[in-house]
Amino acid sequence: MPEMPDNLIEVEGLKKYFPVQKSFIERLVTGQNQFVHAVDGVSFGIRRGEVFGLAGESGSGKTTTGRLILRLLEATDGEVLFDGMDLCGLSREEMRRLRQRMQLIFQDPSASLNPRMKIGDAIGHSLEIFDVARGGEKRKRVMEMMERVELKPPAQFYDKYPHQVSGGQRQRIVLARALVLRPDFVVADEPIAMADVSVRAVLLDLMMQLKEDFDLTYLFITHDLATAKYVCDRIAVMYLGQICEIGDLEQVYGNPQHPYTKSLLAAVPVPDPHARRDAPMPKGEIPSPINPPSGCRFHPRCPEAKDSCSLRSPSLRSVDGEKGHLVACH
Amino acid sequence: MSEVLAEVKNLCVDYPTRLGTVRAVDDVTLTIRRGEIMGLVGESGCGKSTLGRGLLRLPPSPGEMAGGQIIFDGQDLMELSNESMRALRGARISMVFQDPMTCLDPLQRVSDHVVETIRSHEPQVSEEEARHEAEVLFDRLGIKAERLNDYPHQLSGGMRQRVMIGLALALKADLIIADEATTSLDVIVEAQFLDLLRDLQQQLNLTILMITHNIGVIAEVSDRVAVMYAAKMMELSDVHPLFDDPLHPYTQGLLASVPNIKLEGDELEIMRGSPPNLLAPPSGCRFHPRCPHVMDRCREEEPPFEAAEPGRWVACWLYTDGR
Repeated sequence: MPEMPDNLIEVEGLKKYFPVQKSFIERLVTGQNQFVHAVDGVSFGIRRGEVFGLAGESGSGKTTTGRLILRLLEATDGEVLFDGMDLCGLSREEMRRLRQRMQLIFQDPSASLNPRMKIGDAIGHSLEIFDVARGGEKRKRVMEMMERVELKPPAQFYDKYPHQVSGGQRQRIVLARALVLRPDFVVADEPIAMADVSVRAVLLDLMMQLKEDFDLTYLFITHDLATAKYVCDRIAVMYLGQICEIGDLEQVYGNPQHPYTKSLLAAVPVPDPHARRDAPMPKGEIPSPINPPSGCRFHPRCPEAKDSCSLRSPSLRSVDGEKGHLVACH
Repeated sequence: MSEVLAEVKNLCVDYPTRLGTVRAVDDVTLTIRRGEIMGLVGESGCGKSTLGRGLLRLPPSPGEMAGGQIIFDGQDLMELSNESMRALRGARISMVFQDPMTCLDPLQRVSDHVVETIRSHEPQVSEEEARHEAEVLFDRLGIKAERLNDYPHQLSGGMRQRVMIGLALALKADLIIADEATTSLDVIVEAQFLDLLRDLQQQLNLTILMITHNIGVIAEVSDRVAVMYAAKMMELSDVHPLFDDPLHPYTQGLLASVPNIKLEGDELEIMRGSPPNLLAPPSGCRFHPRCPHVMDRCREEEPPFEAAEPGRWVACWLYTDGR
């Protein structure tokens, strides 16, 4: 792998199949187990210091990919390298140690905060778990972190409970909690999807500021391509567990190659009544990942489908004249 | 100018809480014309959904109607008996919610839903006729007749939302209130749904109140737009002038902080602060603590909601001064 040195994360052929729960009778009748092909052969690298976007509709496998990278789920196949280390080969304890360097931010801050834990304790909990700081030292570090995420003055927030602050402030708590261990890598799974319009811009701005301050690398998982445009350096578009296009943000947005990317970009509602959609919408909805379509997974809905699309599965190939821009389309 | 279908005058809705009364809709005035899509936009907690439910006199519990008028087709709904109000709901004003899964009975086939809806309001229609009506209707919505026998969980999210619209159309309601109807849908399905809604609206001359926090959706389908903030109406205007030249500083800030995929550049404007606590709303104009153009007067006196230009109303001292 020639790009190894500057890649913090390297994902190769990642797969995750979830077994479908079936009754005993159903198993007897069909005689075999079925699987949800949530992630099906995904490969990409995330460069140190960049914001890498993973975009797609619900059911595309973007969240599962994020969780596989953190090894919160065990992969069915494939490997994840973090800073050159193969995560799948690590023991539980080694993995636990390494978690200090990788953190996750969820969509719903209310659901990811313990309602009975004071804000300061929630942020500082991981410092105690990893035996980094306790008591006064913990309090000091937490207060510092609260300043950084603009929970000011920190003393006023430290002893409050999550329900006593606003939704935007809760998302700041989650940010502070993720960053208090000074990780290298943060997976942000729809971090602003629950926030209000006016709060979103502020949170995004804060996330980008923190990225500079702490030399972070982000994996930014989102269904919202308009938001991705403001934060991502590179982006991968997923459909039914596979990547259909990947490249620099300007390449993918400026010169989309895959019909799905084109539709997805055109479908984003534009806050301008003069705007008109510039690509046709695909027919129907995302099919079941239990029996994904043959060949190219998008072919049943593709406005440009040819006969060969249903037969052969396209692999990622370079787009002419654009370095790093790959598309999986015949 | 087209005919006014509904006129909301000085409507107030209260939520009594242990800590005091929250007025979630405060002195709101709004007109809806026949055959238009009126977009109602605002952030969470601004009272837009309460206003939508208030039009049906069904504010979410423990809310209560606290005054004002709702003139619908010449009649003040606030003065109707509960009985006549119930007959009007669904038949003349109907509602489409955000999450169709919680609005459809999981144990009822889709066709039975439609048949029951039709027959409960029009008992003279036979079951046969109602079933046939349902088929015609669903064909129009792009749902095949055989899917009518499915249960809600067998349908996709987009289809369920189309069923909800179908239920609203089944009784030929004069006004459809769509509350965050596309919020739970994926972008492509959302785009398909909005296209369908636009088509139906034009074919059937529907009147729709489209409540959403998504400004892109508002821009895509609305004819006119109303902007709410902290229980108050801030601005109301035709869609083009509102986006081209927003008057209220809140509208300006809101539009500037929305990501726009079509625009060059990667900077978003940032609106500082957050919406106020309605238990103790700010004095004067409710937006004054966050307003970049704040004047002394804004802190003390509340600006009236007045016409600033023909067809445009705004509640801001910047536009009422000197007149």
